[in-house]
Amino acid sequence: MHKRLMSRQRLWLLAGYAAAATALFCAPLFLSDFRLNLLAKFLAFAIVALGLDLIWGYTGILSLGHGVFFGLGGYAMAMYLKLEASGGRLPDFMDWSGLSALPWFWKPFSSFGFAFAAGILLPALLALVLGYFTFRNRIKGVYFTILTQALVIITVTLFIGQQAFTGGTNGITGYGKLFGQSLASPDTKQMLYWVTVIALIAAYALCRFLVKSRFGKVLRAIRDGENRVRFIGYNPAIYQMVAFSISAGLAGLAGMLFVLHVGIISPSMMGIVPSIEMVLWVAIGGRGTLIGAALGAILLNSAKSVFSESYPDAWLFFMGLLFVIVVVFLPKGAAGLLGQFKWLRRRRAKHGEGDGVHYPAV
Amino acid sequence: MEKGMESTILQCDGVTVDFDGFKAVQGMNFRLEKGELRFLIGPNGAGKTTMLDVICGKVKPTIGKVLFGGKVDITRKKEHQIAELGIGRKFQTPSIFPTLTVFENLEIAMRQNRSVLAALRAKLRAEEQERIEAQLEMIGLQEKASWRAGGLSHGEKQWLEIGMMLLQEPEILLLDEPVAGMTDNETEKTGELLRAISQTQSIVVVEHDMEFVRNFASKVTVMHEGKLLKEGSMEEVQRDDRVAEVYLGKRRDADAGRSTA
Repeated sequence: MHKRLMSRQRLWLLAGYAAAATALFCAPLFLSDFRLNLLAKFLAFAIVALGLDLIWGYTGILSLGHGVFFGLGGYAMAMYLKLEASGGRLPDFMDWSGLSALPWFWKPFSSFGFAFAAGILLPALLALVLGYFTFRNRIKGVYFTILTQALVIITVTLFIGQQAFTGGTNGITGYGKLFGQSLASPDTKQMLYWVTVIALIAAYALCRFLVKSRFGKVLRAIRDGENRVRFIGYNPAIYQMVAFSISAGLAGLAGMLFVLHVGIISPSMMGIVPSIEMVLWVAIGGRGTLIGAALGAILLNSAKSVFSESYPDAWLFFMGLLFVIVVVFLPKGAAGLLGQFKWLRRRRAKHGEGDGVHYPAV
Repeated sequence: MEKGMESTILQCDGVTVDFDGFKAVQGMNFRLEKGELRFLIGPNGAGKTTMLDVICGKVKPTIGKVLFGGKVDITRKKEHQIAELGIGRKFQTPSIFPTLTVFENLEIAMRQNRSVLAALRAKLRAEEQERIEAQLEMIGLQEKASWRAGGLSHGEKQWLEIGMMLLQEPEILLLDEPVAGMTDNETEKTGELLRAISQTQSIVVVEHDMEFVRNFASKVTVMHEGKLLKEGSMEEVQRDDRVAEVYLGKRRDADAGRSTA
């Protein structure tokens, strides 16, 4: 009987996933090109939120530096697009800054494959290096968070300062074609939207696999008691490094998609404010649940675009208020609210499981 | 691991721990045989817990050496390496993973390859499932396998932690006041369990409950002010004048310490 209950629950879950995927795939039928483009951008943000949830919600490590990882992915893709658009000549901003030849590290980005791989691997590698020096030395909690903020400041300063190589404050823009197709054309936009949907589903599947695996259980154990994990025989630093690195790689992937949808990447998109905003999506959507984090990113950004269209000044206050409300009343976010309802229902049904969570294998 | 093959599993030579000038342990020698159930007693502040900390790697000794299995020097090893070698630790306060279920707590504690890759690929095999279920039955939590461990009572958490440690299958178990906060019945049960475990594994127990020590100890090590005071059977230790002096002189402190523990 218990088993059947479980499989029914699973059936509902599957139906829910199928419905969500169908809705996402069919969205171009209902939305205008403008809205579709916005949604595509939000779906890219949802990928960041998934990665952030992995490291914050599941492992208990708050990173306020994901803007950097997102930005690095964005820059990788923008470098490729810029080189494509320049057609063998020096990109315009380098010309203005007095460079006469393409810097060595720009050269490989003329290959799409390299740029794509770099967009994921560079942020992942950076996170791995940062994680190596922090987690191994048991720097955690607020100290780690402050370090990630420092990373943001250093990176942004570096990108603004090195105008000849990075486009400075303006970032990299002024490109319009991918594989010979105009990025502005509705057909390309629709195609890119679908690519983003597939990327999001893949990212979700990856995170779900990670979270459900024994690896994910160890991550949660680290969140609960890092020292205890050590005395069982796990090396938490390695687990934290891997989780942080995967999380950064996902942010990089999202950054690449973002550039394709928006057509620009600049230091202001990887700064402190966007980094904090990313954390807010996860906090408000519900950390510790993947669907909550992804929905948080989509809904919050939708709300942001609706509100800022009509009340551009009030938006920030509204968002601040929302954040305070969620932190004070809903520490588990919107998804936590849903879970509470479920728990109440189960309680009422006298299931007798108390504060129980089902373990699928039992 | 055969019983009867009397050999040293753990050896501490001249261990000194200096906490910024305060010597918690001074030149302590300690030797544990395979399959031994050893009790470590002494008044508050004698350095008993610090000794356990040294053995499991939580605290690094300022001077001295710790040898595991007669040859492996674990003095400078990291906690997780020592745990992997086969030394398990149970702390004074129950430390389980509150947001994991009881089953999951046991699952990750179970002896296994603990690398990231192995954890990613790990599937719960039927044999592992059986072992966890057997453990659940032994600690009396089979009905609560799917509960979040944070929702258990204090005693249940203690038992869960003991269960986790047993699944970890260490060669040496270090237990810090395992019966604190347990009823007489539970204390008795824990003692029997420790005796059963010591058939195959070696155990060091730090304990304040003298009744418990008297009932289950074969060999007792008494520490005082960071030093070894006396080692021997419970009778020998009780007959010792210095031990009596330390304990009688400090009886009130020890009792006070126990009631607040």
